[in-house]
Amino acid sequence: MTEIATILQEKGLDGNAELWRRRLEKVTNSDVEGALSEPAGSYSLRRLMTLISPAGENYLEQMAQAAHQLTVQRFGRTIRLYAPLYLSNYCSNSCRYCGFNKENEFKRTRLTIDEAIEEANIIAAKGFRDILLVSSEDRKFVSTDYLAGLAKKLRPTFGSISIEIYQMSSAEYARLFASGVEGVTLYQETYDRRAYESYHPSGSKSDYDCRLRTPDNIASAQMREIGLGALLGLADWRIEALALAEHAHYLIKAYWQSHISFSFPRLRPAHHVESSLFTHSLGDKNLVQMITALRLCFADAGLVLSTREQATLRDNLMKLGITKISAGSKTNPGGYSGHSNAIEQFKVDDKRSPIEVAAVISNQGFEPVWKDWDRAFLGNQDD
Amino acid sequence: MDKLVIAGREFDCRLLVGTGKFASCELMAEAIEFSGTEIVTVALRRVDIENENDDILSAIDRSRYLLLPNTSGARDADEAIRLARLARAATGIEWLKLEVTPDPYYLLPDPVETLRAAEILVKDGFVVLPYINADPILAKRLEDVGTATVMPLASPIGSNQGLQTRAALEIIIEQANVPVVVDAGLGLPSHAADAMEMGADAVLVNTAIATAADPAQMAKAFKLAVEAGRIAFKSGPRAVGKTASASSPLTGFLRD
Repeated sequence: MTEIATILQEKGLDGNAELWRRRLEKVTNSDVEGALSEPAGSYSLRRLMTLISPAGENYLEQMAQAAHQLTVQRFGRTIRLYAPLYLSNYCSNSCRYCGFNKENEFKRTRLTIDEAIEEANIIAAKGFRDILLVSSEDRKFVSTDYLAGLAKKLRPTFGSISIEIYQMSSAEYARLFASGVEGVTLYQETYDRRAYESYHPSGSKSDYDCRLRTPDNIASAQMREIGLGALLGLADWRIEALALAEHAHYLIKAYWQSHISFSFPRLRPAHHVESSLFTHSLGDKNLVQMITALRLCFADAGLVLSTREQATLRDNLMKLGITKISAGSKTNPGGYSGHSNAIEQFKVDDKRSPIEVAAVISNQGFEPVWKDWDRAFLGNQDD
Repeated sequence: MDKLVIAGREFDCRLLVGTGKFASCELMAEAIEFSGTEIVTVALRRVDIENENDDILSAIDRSRYLLLPNTSGARDADEAIRLARLARAATGIEWLKLEVTPDPYYLLPDPVETLRAAEILVKDGFVVLPYINADPILAKRLEDVGTATVMPLASPIGSNQGLQTRAALEIIIEQANVPVVVDAGLGLPSHAADAMEMGADAVLVNTAIATAADPAQMAKAFKLAVEAGRIAFKSGPRAVGKTASASSPLTGFLRD
């Protein structure tokens, strides 16, 4: 199969913004009506382009209704809940939009395995059985050994363990899979090659192609869930959405046993990060357009929403195709136990407790699902 | 009496229901009640099987319903077996709906891994009800290794498309020596009636009930459709013909 880098390059989706802007501008209302009348849920680049075009903005209500209907059919009236556990904010990268940038001076924190378990127990006590381990690029401390050891200790408590961590080799992912990690989230950050290079000036993350190939490593290691996303705000969101969809489509074709989910992280204010840096911010209206358009092209993809977004918006997005949300999140290592005042990766907007969020989900006519996976599936050995 | 018999156990109702996708446990419990079912399947991955206060488990009265755990989410035989054994150790339940679905999109069952898991689990004392594609040979192979039923799909799960696999289902029903439970894809009560009229022994429905605007009433509609379909089948429906067959024949005056 053609590699994803080649696919994006041939289609001009890694930086030929002008070409795509011209195409997007040409989409008419009648094109959008045509795309909406096709059976919902299957992907083509043309169909997604039509739905996310400026003309598509005139059809947001129809898109929302169709996205809602399709999501209920495929996922039922349920929303899964998860919580992130931040392990370290030491970092060897200098991503310009991130609070953990190595150039930023602040007191860094990293959790020992025992401290991480203490945090995890607090998360479990709130009801969560789905945990996401997050760390900046702190390879020496948050090593494969560390993560494998932690995952094994978390298996008796959690039905689902995922990671959102620096990029790894296929062998490293395979080792973590055997230890009980079943999902990996790894954002490309931006699919625009030049923007990528400018936002990631140094460190191992500065190699665009290496980053782009990493989801292949995740899938080769048999991981069940691959979380994709672009940090919204770094480049034109419409072109990012198209590249993201092409990436997902490629992975689905190449690795038939892995499930894809999408996140929609809009850049948030962070320590030492100026919001003036985000030249391509997108508003709520376009966020809704992106979420519903992706749902209408990927009937079965997981759509994930974090506490970056404010409460009212999150409540409204639950009905538009979202399948999984975090709640009560702390984005600093040690944040749950309150032992540390470590710097957060980004400012959390929705500060409600998990119970409050679960109540909102119920009020919206959905079942809050705390557990939808089982430790029998975690790791490939009996404990 | 026209009983459904699975592994020596008798049931009056030929509708099995699932517990996924409901907006709340209350709505689920109400739908189960209205469906008249006696067999309720639960995804092991979704419940905390060791916890009696689990929302879903505590909403199902075990004295009224046979709880049928399923291995939804298992990607191969080993995972399904591991999950089944953990669940049996925790609950003592030996009945198992075997699902092995390596493709996360259409959730189609893996014939190779399902057969492998079924053989091991049957030997291990489980009462195995395997979810399969509508493949007549696979159905016979499963029967040979000792499964209690076969559960062929009507169309991809959750798709509400009805009996897309009709031709193969007819062969499975004709050849089976174990109950045939048509599972997955039944979107309307008329689809369920259709399967029962064909001679299926039972049907399993989840999405169509759980995602209806009024799950309890939809459950009742499926119950009635399953009953009607069964009575029709037992009454010996005539074959569908292409030409008309008048109920008052034009040549009825010819006496000899």
